[in-house]
Amino acid sequence: MSDTASSARGDLGLSHLTKSYGDFTAVNDLSLIIPKGSFFALLGPSGCGKTTTLRMIAGLEEPTQGTISLGTTDITYTKPYQRPINTVFQNYALFPHLTIFENIAFGLRRRGIKDVDDAVNKALDLVELPHLAQRKPTQLSGGQQQRIALARAIVNRPALLLLDEPLGALDLKLRRQMQIELKWIQKEVGITFVHVTHDQEEAMTMADTIAVMNEGEIEQMGSPAELYDNPKTAFVANFLGQSNLIKGSITGLDGANQIVDLFGQKISLQKDRSHAVDNSILAGIRPEKFRISRLETSTSGNILTGGKIEDVSYIGVSTQYQVLMPWGQELMVFEQNDDGVAPFSVGESVNISWEPVFTFALRGDDDAEAGTEVNPDEDLEEE
Amino acid sequence: MNTLSRWFGRNLLRIYAVVAFTYLFIPVAYTFAFSFNDSGKSNLIWKGFTWANWQNPCGAPEVCTALGNSIKIGLLATIFSTILGTMIAFAIGRHKFKGRSTTNLLIFLPMATPEIVLGASLLSLFLVFQINPGFWPTVIAHVLFCMSFVVVTVKARIASLDPRLEQAAMDLYANERETFRRVTLPLVAPGIAAAALLAFSLSFDDFIITNFNSGTMTTFPKFIYTSAARGIPAQANVIGSAMFFLALAIVIVGQLVTRKRKVS
Amino acid sequence: MTGVKKRGISTPYLLLIPGMGFLFIFFLLPLFNLAQTSTQTPVGGGDTGEYEQTWRFANYFDAFVENRDQFGRSFLYALIATVLALAIAYPLAYTIAFKGGRFKNVMLVLVIAPFFTSFLLRTIAWKQILGEEGFVVPTLRSLQIISESTTLTSSAFAVVMGMTYNFLPFMTLPLYASIDRIDPRTLEASGDLYANGLTTFRRVTLPLSMPGVVAGTLLTFIPAAGDYVNAAILGSPQTKMLGNVIESRYFKIVDYPTASALSFTLMISILILVTVYVRKAGTEELV
Repeated sequence: MSDTASSARGDLGLSHLTKSYGDFTAVNDLSLIIPKGSFFALLGPSGCGKTTTLRMIAGLEEPTQGTISLGTTDITYTKPYQRPINTVFQNYALFPHLTIFENIAFGLRRRGIKDVDDAVNKALDLVELPHLAQRKPTQLSGGQQQRIALARAIVNRPALLLLDEPLGALDLKLRRQMQIELKWIQKEVGITFVHVTHDQEEAMTMADTIAVMNEGEIEQMGSPAELYDNPKTAFVANFLGQSNLIKGSITGLDGANQIVDLFGQKISLQKDRSHAVDNSILAGIRPEKFRISRLETSTSGNILTGGKIEDVSYIGVSTQYQVLMPWGQELMVFEQNDDGVAPFSVGESVNISWEPVFTFALRGDDDAEAGTEVNPDEDLEEE
Repeated sequence: MNTLSRWFGRNLLRIYAVVAFTYLFIPVAYTFAFSFNDSGKSNLIWKGFTWANWQNPCGAPEVCTALGNSIKIGLLATIFSTILGTMIAFAIGRHKFKGRSTTNLLIFLPMATPEIVLGASLLSLFLVFQINPGFWPTVIAHVLFCMSFVVVTVKARIASLDPRLEQAAMDLYANERETFRRVTLPLVAPGIAAAALLAFSLSFDDFIITNFNSGTMTTFPKFIYTSAARGIPAQANVIGSAMFFLALAIVIVGQLVTRKRKVS
Repeated sequence: MTGVKKRGISTPYLLLIPGMGFLFIFFLLPLFNLAQTSTQTPVGGGDTGEYEQTWRFANYFDAFVENRDQFGRSFLYALIATVLALAIAYPLAYTIAFKGGRFKNVMLVLVIAPFFTSFLLRTIAWKQILGEEGFVVPTLRSLQIISESTTLTSSAFAVVMGMTYNFLPFMTLPLYASIDRIDPRTLEASGDLYANGLTTFRRVTLPLSMPGVVAGTLLTFIPAAGDYVNAAILGSPQTKMLGNVIESRYFKIVDYPTASALSFTLMISILILVTVYVRKAGTEELV
């Protein structure tokens, strides 16, 4: 049994995976397939069940229900040391009593490989830290420890590499650098990466496919562009970047477009970008898609009038505006500071316009606040 | 004057520490000094300086027998209490099981019992089974009271172990036994070593419990107590001082070794 | 507890059996036996040392009444010694924790080091230092601090002093462990919020170090209450403690029932005091 498990290869399949602790369900009937060789991200706020899912894949937690398979092999109840899966832990979990070399060699030795020098040195080269081989983990910086933890996992050439928020403890610049490096390493070695994070920018930068999780379930899964441009739920719309969600109702059709009434003003959106189930919808537009213009300037596309600027924040790359609309809602607008046109100031009356194709529509009964909890670690969106 | 009082105020605690340490060491210094006394049988008044005692530490009758017994008992008690205590510490610290808090309480009780009660009750038990007090009853008594201290020390060390290290080991293909052998044990080892050291010190210096359970066998503390009436030979001072310096040396060397390992 | 599938339930029990078995045989059983002995009476007309089980609970009453002086004295001395030890050890532990710097470990070693010289040697050393032949008494006499006839040894003063001295490491180490855990930034925060040195100590440092205080006082009081060595070496017949009585009832005047009754009473009273004290001090996890 262990031989079959350890040589399993292929796509990772989770089928109706559930994990409950007494009354509390951490992971609820999760099913997905992670294709071999892809960079997959499990994205969601803390407590959404992403780490629990990861630990079940690693074998460090046992599912309450459901199965996990690697290729054609069922590994649901296989012990962690029998699975060809390795984990990069959140706080690295490097063995403090072993040298860096021995840390990396650990998995190889346990598998009975006698001559480890070559593999270990190659792994050290991959993370560009060959000179640290004889040091101890406590002598390394956070960034170095993180790369060694990665080397220690990769050197075993697993079928699947799990990363549990590995970049969380690094400072911003280092994190950015590591994101790029991780992506490059994944392409180099071709191993399937499953990356768990709460940082949506990180997920979008690195992953081919993202699964957004909330309260134990997958809200939506797809490529970063798909999720960003066409979110299916308010949670996804708010969690990934920021969205303006405006209550409205469908009043008619115009070819491939739906005509929508937003508090008395009319806009249009493409029918196939609507996930509503009836006529009541939440119309969604990303802040960077909005254009602000003075009342006398002529604009095209969907137009909302009657806006008054309430707040202006200059971010360097862009300027962020809060615009109060006649129906009492404040809309967010990000304008890029690329043409030196004098920015708008507080109190000005403006129109907001955008290309209709950028509108998406969510179910009217969805919670417009879902996914908006402020995470102090999250960066402001940059353009 | 102002600067003087300010200096005094800032360093008050440090001055206090110096005074306190001096207080702690006065009897040690006294013992050491009198180990050089040309005293003959009774070491009460200073008679003159001599190296003789240090050159012939076993000169007084029974001193070295007593010392030998103390060391033998100490080693045996350390080995047994460390093994038994470590096992208990792992059981309590690593597993959830029914009766865990009762076990915890039971381990704590010997520490909360005055030595005289421990010694007396064991003596009673031995008498009932008509076992004469002596070497092995003393070893048993020592194992008893050392065990609780071992459990507490090792349990603390186990508690500070990051469980993710063991998970990482299993993630890297080590099964439960290998994980224990290669990760858990090496990381808990300093705690076990500290517990063993503590057990030995407690055993070596024990008097009350030993007094109840040793019968005619003498240990070093018992020798000192019984010879206090007739006069403690200076050789006892020699041995006491030697133990002091030896233990101090071991600890200092241990410190240097760990510090060196951290740097290199 | 590590999140891995639970191993077979046998493992913790297997680990426990040797140690707990030992504890059962050599701790619980003897205590049970002690309780039994305490209610025996000497066989009338039989040899010394022969007793019959008569379940005479009056033994306890007799023993207590006969030795109530020693009882009171034991707890009084132990209490004073504990308080003194606390007073001496707290500033010391504080200094090591906060002002120790690089020398923290060295200072800790220095606290334990005297321990390695047999405590009997040290206690007897004090007897000689404080005795007629030492230098303390003649000096104090010539400075007219004490009168010609006062002796420091063979006194309650010496006994308490000896106890305080001998249990100092037991008080210092738990105190240190607790004080060392205090994040110095909480003290800074206290100062930032208008508390002066004394107030910071009273409202921040002391409460945060309570677990250490409780552990240290227990580790000192419990052995001190049952001690008899200090009383024997540094005391006189007027300073006899309960421990001395128990010891003599076992070895000099053979009277096992009384000795057992006294031992048990000592243990129970300490247990009661400890439980009340711990409840009041509010620390749950002691070990």
